[in-house]
Amino acid sequence: MKKDIILAGVGGQGIISIASIIGYAALDLGMFLKQSEVHGMSQRGGDVMSNLRISHNEIASDLIPFGQADMIISIEPLEALRYLPYLSGEGWVITNIRPFNNITNYPEIGKIMDEIGKVPHHIALDADTTAKEAGSTKATNIVMLGAASPFLGIAYEKLEDAIRYTFRNKGDSIIDLNLTALKAGRDFTEKNK
Amino acid sequence: MQKLLLLGDEAIAQAALDAGLSGIYAYPGTPSTEITEFVQNSKFASEHNIHSKWSANEKTAMESALGMSYAGKRAMVCMKHVGLNVAADPFINSAITGTNGGLIVVAADDPSMHSSQNEQDSRFFGKFALVPILEPANQQEAYDMVHYGFNFSEKYKIPVMLRITTRLAHSRSGVARKPEVKNQNELKMPTDLRQFVLLPSIAKKRYKNLLKAHSTFITESEASPFNKYIDGPDKSMGIIVCGIAYNYLMENFPDRIVPYPVLKIGQYPMPRSLVEKIADECEQILILEDGYPVVEELLKGYLGRGLKVKGRLDGTLPHDGELNPNLVAVALGKEDTYGLPVPELVVGRPPSLCSGCPHIDSYYALSETLIQLSNGRVFSDIGCYTLGALKPYEAINSCVDMGASITMAKGAADAGLIPAVAVIGDSTFTHSGMTGLLDAVNGKSPITVMILDNGTTAMTGGQDSPAFGKIEDICKGLGVEESHIRILKPLKKYHAENVEIIKEELAYPGVSVIIPRRECIVSIDKRMREKFKKSNSTN
Repeated sequence: MKKDIILAGVGGQGIISIASIIGYAALDLGMFLKQSEVHGMSQRGGDVMSNLRISHNEIASDLIPFGQADMIISIEPLEALRYLPYLSGEGWVITNIRPFNNITNYPEIGKIMDEIGKVPHHIALDADTTAKEAGSTKATNIVMLGAASPFLGIAYEKLEDAIRYTFRNKGDSIIDLNLTALKAGRDFTEKNK
Repeated sequence: MQKLLLLGDEAIAQAALDAGLSGIYAYPGTPSTEITEFVQNSKFASEHNIHSKWSANEKTAMESALGMSYAGKRAMVCMKHVGLNVAADPFINSAITGTNGGLIVVAADDPSMHSSQNEQDSRFFGKFALVPILEPANQQEAYDMVHYGFNFSEKYKIPVMLRITTRLAHSRSGVARKPEVKNQNELKMPTDLRQFVLLPSIAKKRYKNLLKAHSTFITESEASPFNKYIDGPDKSMGIIVCGIAYNYLMENFPDRIVPYPVLKIGQYPMPRSLVEKIADECEQILILEDGYPVVEELLKGYLGRGLKVKGRLDGTLPHDGELNPNLVAVALGKEDTYGLPVPELVVGRPPSLCSGCPHIDSYYALSETLIQLSNGRVFSDIGCYTLGALKPYEAINSCVDMGASITMAKGAADAGLIPAVAVIGDSTFTHSGMTGLLDAVNGKSPITVMILDNGTTAMTGGQDSPAFGKIEDICKGLGVEESHIRILKPLKKYHAENVEIIKEELAYPGVSVIIPRRECIVSIDKRMREKFKKSNSTN
């Protein structure tokens, strides 16, 4: 099994946390992993993306080739579109629909949603609201992870374990909140895919 | 031992700790920063008294590392590629002095300029200095090369360059550590106490030795575990592939078998006999290297009449920018893959100053002050505040290298552009601004220097600023008149007051320094969170 995942968002939205949770679960399963991150200048409110590759076989490139990603997980709808050249024909776009508007020329959200609608396989959800209902908007990224979870090829329980591990120093209530957020995201996809 | 999931930068730091490091020296610079931070955060390092405090700049870092090597201990110095320009003087000369304790110089290049002003290739510098270079293809090699590099450095008494690129620095993968941690070296003086005295008479001898050693380094490269000749049946083409480009090559062969002979390079100088072999056996050579066409130029020669060489110079690959699997696929004559096009409505989202950033208030005050004057008189520098060039501020007119704001303002003022303004951050000021300010004071230049003091090295993630609490004293000490050192608080509510102060100093026909001082908003946030964490854990 091999999954190539593009994680997208705006600096500070928590895409590295998604990567490290999937990464932990993958390593726990004895898989190989390569994950390329963005540090430095772009983190100041600019667009950020991470290439996450997990596989049962050794991985060569740190970068996913264009046209070969199995999915794009984006915490922001405009950012989901920016990386479409990476998506394979069978690939999924899993995106939050809540814009992060820190630029003056942000396109009309309706038009962005039209473009997302044109992607053959896509899941679009309001992860901010879902996270809020789960307990905190801080868990928006975990909702997105939950929404992507049916496509990851990793047993759901393994992701739960990875969340317990990642938040082990934050206390049970934070762990429960994130597990609820994960489940809420997953439920959305199960109903809508 | 279980593998650790490490960034390339972290793999280098972990390896250094495992290889008996006594000190790491650096000034923060993307993509090299995390190497030093890893050592700073290491419990092992603090328990073993391993030096890891930031240096004022790359030159002081390089010299301190050389001093530690002089004293017989293992030292590492890390910098981004342009940092090596700052450290060039001690770097080049360290090849002539040679080392005592092992010395590794990590140069982190940034092809595609993700966070830099240029994409210069540090392998040129390594060749220029005649030092061996190691270039890892992956995180494991980065780890292994540090051990190898320290041993090499001590065997031949030569500094070794470890050249990485952004992609390796900031990519994570599994790394297996060596089972044993080496003890630090004992303090041990150089056998020849004149080894480091580069008087011409001594330097001439040492340079001859360095030239002689070069052929030994080539022999070492030929036998290096990091230079591999992998034969293939199809001799219509041979591939020489350097560092991380190897991964992009292999990505194009899912079974990991390349039909062509491949020479994988991880150690320089180039292994002559292996290069001869691939050149003799193959009809043409494709060169894959991230950065400048260093190896390609070497093989092609000026007139290009010898070998048939393909790469960045003949358009097989783009001349600039980072390589990737698709570019390599095209170079191999394979079919390119591409997903859906980016919809037209997608606009750029450039980085920007954070909401609440003190620089915003400084720029609004400065721009208002300058409104009466002609445009184009603000010389700036390297840091978060460089983002002041973008909309909506459009407040600065230059960004060249660390410290250039003050000296360029001086030069422009010398030419008659009066007033000229320099805008520089606190840690950039102590990195390379102080000497320029001394020039301006000595020349009585009519410039206004704004030292934006946010108390941290913000752009690279909020490292301690070597300037902290020292700026006024430094300016006074350099001879700036006390009455023309003005401190202001960059906040909206003081805007009118701040504009007045800047106006007054612009009118002064000598050197004045204005210090807008307010803590970086990100560093306040970080500090508060740490405080909260601490108070929680003590309860």
